[in-house]
Amino acid sequence: MYGFDYHRPGSVADATSALGGADDGKYLAGGQTLLATMKQRLAAPSDLVDLGGIADLKGISVSGGTVTIGATTTHAEVAASADVQGAIPSLAALAGDIGDRQVRNAGTIGGSLANNDPAADYPAAILALGATVTTNKREIAADDFIKGLFETALEEDEIITSVSFPAPTSGAYMKFKQPASRFALVGVYVAKTADGVRVAVTGATSHAHRGPRLEAALNENFSASAVDGVEIPVDHMNVDIHAGAEYRANLVKVMAKRAVEACG
Amino acid sequence: MSETGIGAAVRRKEDQRFLTGNGNYTDDINVFGQTYAAFVRSPHAHAKINGINTSAAAAADGVVAVLTGEELAADGVGPLICGWNIAGKNGVEAHNSPVHHALAMGKVNYVGDHVALVVAETQGQADSAAEMVEVDYEELPAVVGTGSALNHTTTIHEEAPANMCYDWEIGDSAATDAAFASAAHVTTVEVVNNRLIPNAMEPRACLAQYNQGTGDWTLHVTSQNPHVHRLVMSAFNGVAPEHKLRVIAPDVGGGFGSKIFIYAEEVVCTWATRKVGRPIKWTAKRSESFLSDAHGRDHVSKAELALDADGKFLALRVNTKANLGAYLSTFASAVPTYMYATLLAGTYTTPAIYCDVQGVFTNTAPVDAYRGAGRPEATYLLERTVETAAREMNIDPAEIRRRNFIQPDAFPYQTPVVHQYDIGDYGASLEKACEMADVGGFAARRSDSESRGKRRGLGYSSYIEACGIAPSAAVGALGGGVGLWESADIRFNATGSVTVMTGTHNHGQGHETAFAQVVSDKLGVPIENIEVVEGDTDKGPFGMGTYGSRSIAVGGSAIVKAADKIIEKGKKIAAHCLEAAEDDIEYDGGNFTVAGTDKVMNIAEIAFTAYVPHNYPEGVEPGLHEQAFYDPLNFSFPAGVHICEVEVDPTTGETEIVNYTAVDDFGTIINPMIVEGQVHGGIGQGVGQAMLEGANYDDNGQLVTGSYMDYTMPRADNLPNFNVGTTSTPSPLNPLGVKGAGEAGAIASPPAVINAITDACGGAMIDMPATQEKVWLACQAAE
Ligand SMILES: Cc1cc2nc3c(=O)[nH]c(=O)nc-3n(C[C@H](O)[C@H](O)[C@H](O)COP(=O)(O)OP(=O)(O)OC[C@H]3O[C@@H](n4cnc5c(N)ncnc54)[C@H](O)[C@@H]3O)c2cc1C
Repeated sequence: MYGFDYHRPGSVADATSALGGADDGKYLAGGQTLLATMKQRLAAPSDLVDLGGIADLKGISVSGGTVTIGATTTHAEVAASADVQGAIPSLAALAGDIGDRQVRNAGTIGGSLANNDPAADYPAAILALGATVTTNKREIAADDFIKGLFETALEEDEIITSVSFPAPTSGAYMKFKQPASRFALVGVYVAKTADGVRVAVTGATSHAHRGPRLEAALNENFSASAVDGVEIPVDHMNVDIHAGAEYRANLVKVMAKRAVEACG
Repeated sequence: MSETGIGAAVRRKEDQRFLTGNGNYTDDINVFGQTYAAFVRSPHAHAKINGINTSAAAAADGVVAVLTGEELAADGVGPLICGWNIAGKNGVEAHNSPVHHALAMGKVNYVGDHVALVVAETQGQADSAAEMVEVDYEELPAVVGTGSALNHTTTIHEEAPANMCYDWEIGDSAATDAAFASAAHVTTVEVVNNRLIPNAMEPRACLAQYNQGTGDWTLHVTSQNPHVHRLVMSAFNGVAPEHKLRVIAPDVGGGFGSKIFIYAEEVVCTWATRKVGRPIKWTAKRSESFLSDAHGRDHVSKAELALDADGKFLALRVNTKANLGAYLSTFASAVPTYMYATLLAGTYTTPAIYCDVQGVFTNTAPVDAYRGAGRPEATYLLERTVETAAREMNIDPAEIRRRNFIQPDAFPYQTPVVHQYDIGDYGASLEKACEMADVGGFAARRSDSESRGKRRGLGYSSYIEACGIAPSAAVGALGGGVGLWESADIRFNATGSVTVMTGTHNHGQGHETAFAQVVSDKLGVPIENIEVVEGDTDKGPFGMGTYGSRSIAVGGSAIVKAADKIIEKGKKIAAHCLEAAEDDIEYDGGNFTVAGTDKVMNIAEIAFTAYVPHNYPEGVEPGLHEQAFYDPLNFSFPAGVHICEVEVDPTTGETEIVNYTAVDDFGTIINPMIVEGQVHGGIGQGVGQAMLEGANYDDNGQLVTGSYMDYTMPRADNLPNFNVGTTSTPSPLNPLGVKGAGEAGAIASPPAVINAITDACGGAMIDMPATQEKVWLACQAAE
């Protein structure tokens, strides 16, 4: 790891000004992605602005059928939250199956979404549940937030402050794990929402995305057998040593069916 | 059986310190004035070096020295060596052995190859300066594939035309061909034995120090064989004279073979410590371990088995291409030859066998012994072939093995490929395993799986291994450069406690407990009064180290010999003190008794008398301290049968091991709990090889599986509860009747797992690792 200056601001305003004053600064949340890349000398920020000291970014609240999770809330906190378990049990389950115990105790929802790994779990959750990402500047609908491979709508100094999830009627996330990293080789989140069935897929392509064909089929007939008839295009599927395009496409279907069955 | 003697499940003495974080590993040791090393490594698989500019690095903060191969050579430090010469076909006397510089001289041959050493005040400074060393590389095409290395358009080493290290053969080609001509059925199988990366929990490390006052070097190093390290580094690398170099291998966190070898890092640091006048510490980062620890296995083979109409094996013909990597590691040449093809008879009476092996160089990390070393390759090839033959001929896979087993009354049994097996009862292990695995209930379990949309399969593996490595003369005759005896030193203290030293090394095997049990059993000393000391060339006698499941069979036998000498001397002392004739002294469990009387002296009293010899037999030396060297009469031959049962989800290829049964014949068992632990760990590694692990280099020779994000280690939830049993035919050839248990699980399990998976998926070949995608594809093809 290269040397860097460390800041621990107490407010969002102080955080943005600390970043503004830095040569090439980065926000630090759980460090579960950022610190690993720094240790491998693949990233060399001049300054780290730690968001962990900002009280406003922490915590979980429920109101009017919407769960709002502060950006620095850890995966473990989301998984263990009675509020999340009560309102959106599939979201609590998703958080509880991210990485390992150490990762869940440090990694945060804000960090995960800002990073937008193509195989991360939360991006599928915000798309399927139609969540809203709130930053220090604006509110961004999930469908507008995810832009591409490790790419989001966030500007350089923009801070995610919280994420709001409207509770669905029912929902389920099925994750088929890449055997080594145990990130999602393919993950499919199916939710019955006020706007109909929403389906999001992660791991399969360069970034998490909605599954319009699956949604159409399931809006017509919400059953596992409806998934059988859907053709999953293979052309944009990721291909790596762990899975080829055909296999990933197959997993999208199988995970979608399992998720539909789990929705009940 | 006493509570702490041979056969007792004594809890491991060493676990207290390991489980409480009090282990003392090389990286835990820090000394005054210590500096830190970083190695500049090649980012290319194959490249010429046109120049190295170290000036920016040398001027960087905290840098003590930047050293290259030129300086190493100028100081006369010799290249790394391979200690086993393989003679080839047609009278070729020696394999092609390219020079392996510890720091590159004009060329690099794999990603991770060592180019320069940076020594600095802190690790961070060393790492930063290493990035400033400017190396002018001229890239060359990379040779990567095992099967395609021979006659590749690129030659890696001038000394090895066509990238061939050796073209070696064993067995009787004419007899084998003749048997094929008369066969009723021939089964042909092409198998790949996947390349593995060892991944010991503790990465390799060393701490080299030079004492200007005495002219002595001390090297702490992660070694399975500190005396071998010292011997090679003095005799071949010439970094320090043997009597001036102390090598200490303290607690070592796993080796699996990868810490046998004498690597560039310890040679270079031991040389450099004197040059810079400061102690130097180097600890591999995990990514360096992936790139530069010697990898394991990596064979591409074709096997043909000739059978008569009843499924009796008539002959076996095998061709293997073995990837040796970019250079020959310390014992690399022996692994795909004498450690491999000599086991191709397996547990069967196959009368004619012929195997030839081409050892090839590629632009990949060196490949050497890894848990099982050659024997897993033989077992996998043979047991895949046998299972395939059974399917093709519609014979039950257990039955085809029964028909071909060497029978218990046939020992000693001379195979057509060098080994003479001492003893065994393979049928006993098979029958016990079938019962424990409830093979009878399999059909019902399979239909239950099918009713749930799943597939189910059962796979067998009947393995044998050659352990207790090894009779020195036999090793020498086959080209080995060392003797493989073992030593022991039993030192009674005046108060009756005992210090036992042996030349083996404990890095997970529980020697501190098992060896203490042997001594406790033989000498009647309570186990808490026995200390087993290994791993320091200044303390114990010269010894050859731990690998090849040799420690109890060879080291344990040396301990028994030394204990016998103690008893012999004790009888003389007892006879004098008890005023009896020496012949009248009977020894049992630590007590020396005058036959037919109640006159007795305990061994603790004997020890005290020996050190305070006021009333003492004339002509007998004071002290109670004996040493023994033991050269084994033969290898030992653990064998057994493993049965794996899997359930497969054909929609995804998800494969669950639902039952795993292991029945092993290890002969006498010193500590059944330790042995069971060894079996569990071995099966874990074997399941890893069969289903999860596989080193992957891309066409440019870049390691794709260079971290745990892509290289899949087996984890607890990949493994079932193991169903472990034993049978026992004690070896008649060593005093304990032991055979060795360290590698069996890793040897037996891969074919059992793959035979089960292929059984579930319609019978077609699935190469290791049987990933979920491969299993899914096989299920698709079967449907
Ligand atoms: C072993 C391991 C296994 C893992 N397995 C999984 C898995 O199965 N599924 C999965 O989804 N993830 C997995 N992860 C990733 C984990 O979820 C991380 O928590 C996540 O990638 C990053 O979150 P973090 O809080 O650690 O962010 P950091 O690493 O601190 O930051 C990541 C990036 O986000 C930026 N950032 C952080 N917070 C904010 C914010 N509030 N506003 C704006 N930018 C911000 C940082 O500047 C940085 O660029 C795994 C990680 C590891 C190490």
